Amino acid sequence: MARVLVGVKRVIDYAVKIRVKPDKSGVVTDGVKHSMNPFDEIAVEEAVRMKEKKLASEVIAVSCGPAQSQETLRTALAMGADRAIHVEVAGAEYETLQPLHVAKILAKLSQDEKADLVIVGKQAIDDDSNQTAQMTAAFLDWPQGTFASKVEKTDTGLQVTREIDGGLETIKIKLPAVLSADLRLNEPRYATLPNIMKAKKKPMKKVSAKNLGVDLTPRIKVISVEDPPVRQAGSIVPDVDTLIAKLKEGGHV
Amino acid sequence: MFSPCTRQLFFSTQLRRLQSTLIVAEHNNGVLAPVTQNALSAAKKIGGEVSVLVAGTKCGPVAEAISKANGVSKILVAESDAFKGFTAESLTPLILATQKQFNFTHILAPATAIGKAILPRVAAKLDVSPITDIIGVKDPNTFIRTIYAGNAIQTLEAKDPIKVITVRGTAFAPEPLEGGSTTIEKAPEGDYKTDLVEWISQELSKSDRPELTSAKNIVSGGRGLKSGDNFKLLYDLADKLNAAVGASRAAVDAGFVSNDLQIGQTGKIVAPDLYIAVGISGAIQHLAGMKDSKTIVAINKDPEAPIFQVSDLGLVADLFKVVPELTSKL
Repeated sequence: MARVLVGVKRVIDYAVKIRVKPDKSGVVTDGVKHSMNPFDEIAVEEAVRMKEKKLASEVIAVSCGPAQSQETLRTALAMGADRAIHVEVAGAEYETLQPLHVAKILAKLSQDEKADLVIVGKQAIDDDSNQTAQMTAAFLDWPQGTFASKVEKTDTGLQVTREIDGGLETIKIKLPAVLSADLRLNEPRYATLPNIMKAKKKPMKKVSAKNLGVDLTPRIKVISVEDPPVRQAGSIVPDVDTLIAKLKEGGHV
Repeated sequence: MFSPCTRQLFFSTQLRRLQSTLIVAEHNNGVLAPVTQNALSAAKKIGGEVSVLVAGTKCGPVAEAISKANGVSKILVAESDAFKGFTAESLTPLILATQKQFNFTHILAPATAIGKAILPRVAAKLDVSPITDIIGVKDPNTFIRTIYAGNAIQTLEAKDPIKVITVRGTAFAPEPLEGGSTTIEKAPEGDYKTDLVEWISQELSKSDRPELTSAKNIVSGGRGLKSGDNFKLLYDLADKLNAAVGASRAAVDAGFVSNDLQIGQTGKIVAPDLYIAVGISGAIQHLAGMKDSKTIVAINKDPEAPIFQVSDLGLVADLFKVVPELTSKL
């Protein structure tokens, strides 16, 4: 029976059209709808399913960030996680928090909590880094099952189907291990109202990165964040013949 | 004595000479992946010496291909059964051993499924912060990448002594494999076998069409296609245009086509000359993967579909009528 640690991140909701700040320091986050990173919902769902299949004994949700990250943890608890750990990182430190730091925190917590498996989403939809799982695995010297679309238990560990560029591949990894969830791993459940109510009573521990011995010194400096170039408005063509004529004009056919 | 100006010049050329980049070549144990040539072009922008590491179960033809590229100072080959499946667990110690011997300032790989799986693991072992999917190089420490599904462009300065970077292929022109003749050396020997992971099998989608990320033309389908069978309409059109076929997430999730055709924030990023989006609404996540295409054509029956906001040519019509017409008239 494995203990599973799931990393979740609070990000701007995937459907929001983001706005770049006029001073080019970042994007506007105040007053903008946030939710759990979609890939992390899939990670939580997978962990909860493992528990339902009696493959996992306990599911611990972890989030690093400001106080609002607790809402994200409550969502994970409502989906079926047993308890949560909030690693509080606020203000300027959170603005420069990087996957390297998060991976160090997750690695330390995995050891402290004696986890056998860490599951995170394959990437956060805000920084689009796609690094945390790989780095956590490296710090722990555990194998990694990245971009997982199917996870099955074997005698000695896990069989993981991965989404790769040309199709799919299957690997076997030993436990303990780190997984990163791809979109097609599962379909996350909605938290029901009774479960949301129950989640309020589930334990949530608060720790600081300092207590975990993780140094959050920034390794990159953001020089600017700007809008991407705007495409010139196109035209609507009335029929296929005009479309072909225009494509010929452009040298495409 | 040097004037301050020449001293500065002297100093900067010294610095430049001190730059050295290692590129982890991507290949399939027979053929070099073209995206490696794009990474080579990014490395040249960084400046300094460029070395290429070819690791796999069979490296000969790949090393030979890359040795013909101009401006490569070293090619290191590591051929071993340990690298079966290009697992991050076996390749990381090899890259670390190579780094230890040669002290590169930059380690690069294409931002593919393989590169993205391996380099962050390498970076963690070096205790540096990796930089994902760069689209530009300003100077050896300053890079440009996109965040929020391509809706913002971030310029960042890396403070770590070693920069570990994955490169977005479509953002850099491919370096030709001609004009050079680099000698091929052996990479540092070591025991790279790992029992943490065992590569079992691969299930690759077979296709005679051009590879998606390097295709000149792409025809892409979404939920509007309604079924996998209807994708035949797009294959016929693609054949006429010698185009690759892609898909939106909705089409993949509905099971119309396999996941490796997905274009978007979490699928493949493409930038062809011509991108024809058929029955695709144009969600933020899809646009992230194709909005750098030179010419975008949208065919959709909904005039309000967001895809028309980025398309150069739009046709508001029933795809089941106009796609066959387009195919027959081309």
